[in-house]
Amino acid sequence: MVHGATVAENCLVRNDWVCPLYWQTRSDQLVAALGEHLVLTLSSLALGVVLALPLALLAHRLRRTRGPALVVTTVIYTVPSLALFFLLVPMLGLSVATVVTGLALYSLTILLRNVLAGLDAVDPEVRDAAAGMGYGRLRMLWSVEAPLALPAAMTGLRVAAVSTVALATVGTVVGHGGLGDLISRGQRANFHAEVLTASALCVALAVALDLLLLGVQRAATPWRRR
Amino acid sequence: MDWLVGVGEWFADPVNWRGPSGVPVLARQHLGYTAAALGLACLVGLPLGLWLGHTRRGDVLAVQAANVGRAVPVYALLVVLVLALGRTPQVALLAFTAFAVPPVLANTVLGVREVDPAVVEAARGTGMSGWQVLLRVELPLAAPLVVAGVRSAAVQVVATVSVAALVAFGGLGAIIVRATGGVGGLDLPEVVAGSLLVAALALAVDGAGALLARRVDPLARSRRRARRAIVTTS
Repeated sequence: MVHGATVAENCLVRNDWVCPLYWQTRSDQLVAALGEHLVLTLSSLALGVVLALPLALLAHRLRRTRGPALVVTTVIYTVPSLALFFLLVPMLGLSVATVVTGLALYSLTILLRNVLAGLDAVDPEVRDAAAGMGYGRLRMLWSVEAPLALPAAMTGLRVAAVSTVALATVGTVVGHGGLGDLISRGQRANFHAEVLTASALCVALAVALDLLLLGVQRAATPWRRR
Repeated sequence: MDWLVGVGEWFADPVNWRGPSGVPVLARQHLGYTAAALGLACLVGLPLGLWLGHTRRGDVLAVQAANVGRAVPVYALLVVLVLALGRTPQVALLAFTAFAVPPVLANTVLGVREVDPAVVEAARGTGMSGWQVLLRVELPLAAPLVVAGVRSAAVQVVATVSVAALVAFGGLGAIIVRATGGVGGLDLPEVVAGSLLVAALALAVDGAGALLARRVDPLARSRRRARRAIVTTS
């Protein structure tokens, strides 16, 4: 109180939740954290897709592999993120790889279920018709089954993207949480603006990614537009 | 592979099973939070979901709300609530319940909506009132999806409670958190042991939900088998 006059009166000092001065002075940190969050999310999703597609095709073609594939991924999906990250630490250390692998395993589960659901929903008569027209296995997959399964697969990708953005914040426990690192630091410092800004950016990123993927889905399936 | 031996030693060490930060106390705390949040979520989500599904008002909105809920990071909401309202058990319960309501609500709405309209029509034709249709026809037929919603809410809350250890709310996640912040850095055996306990609890809760799901389905076993696919995908 003695030095009350010398301390500038602004939203940082008042520890306001919404503080434009914070956005101005720490914009570099915010952009860096947002960038890291985006990289974490996109690499996890990419890895998830790369793992999910062959697994879904295998589970679709070979009925015997379907049950085990679904059971194993569902078990992984049930493990809470805090535990999953640390179960990967003995193998991958406190690294970005731990977070990306953990997040990829979660999206793998969502993607596998949705791609399988999409492939299952292909009308057998459509398959018969294509086979009757002389379509081979690969051509059937590429020009008949894949387009028909695409909407379900894209829905899965959107769900996976949104949950990955949210879950990536927990990556801060192994030191790589993107915006989660700001939230964790803001919590320890009781810094309201930092916590709320990072949280809001997280939600905004999830919504933006969801809308972007919805746009991609619309563009990729023009025949569904009415 | 030293850490693997260490994990075994951790589980064998009686110190980790005693006192206020021992496994039994933390597990009870974890389950207590989970049960309370799940109870509150059912208290809110079930009646609201049944009403929205029965009257077919705002039901699409309720399902959309579940999608929006997924975009909110658990950790971020916990920190915001703790900084805004203080670190009290009530705040913890509020956050846990907030993440449990959407799956319960959405699945209840969907469950009621997916009841064959012809069955509802037939029930009305026999002279049943709106309440009777709801309680004797729609609710039993919706039960499998409702239980699937409660089950995924339960798993979600177990995960949320473990993350809540990061803001010092206890539960089994506290073992993980204390193992990361020690003087000598990361205590790998303890962090793995804590993770195994959290994972085991989540799988046990999910398994209990699966058993419950089997019991509530009023329809034939063949139908039950088909339903299992839905239970696992919701």
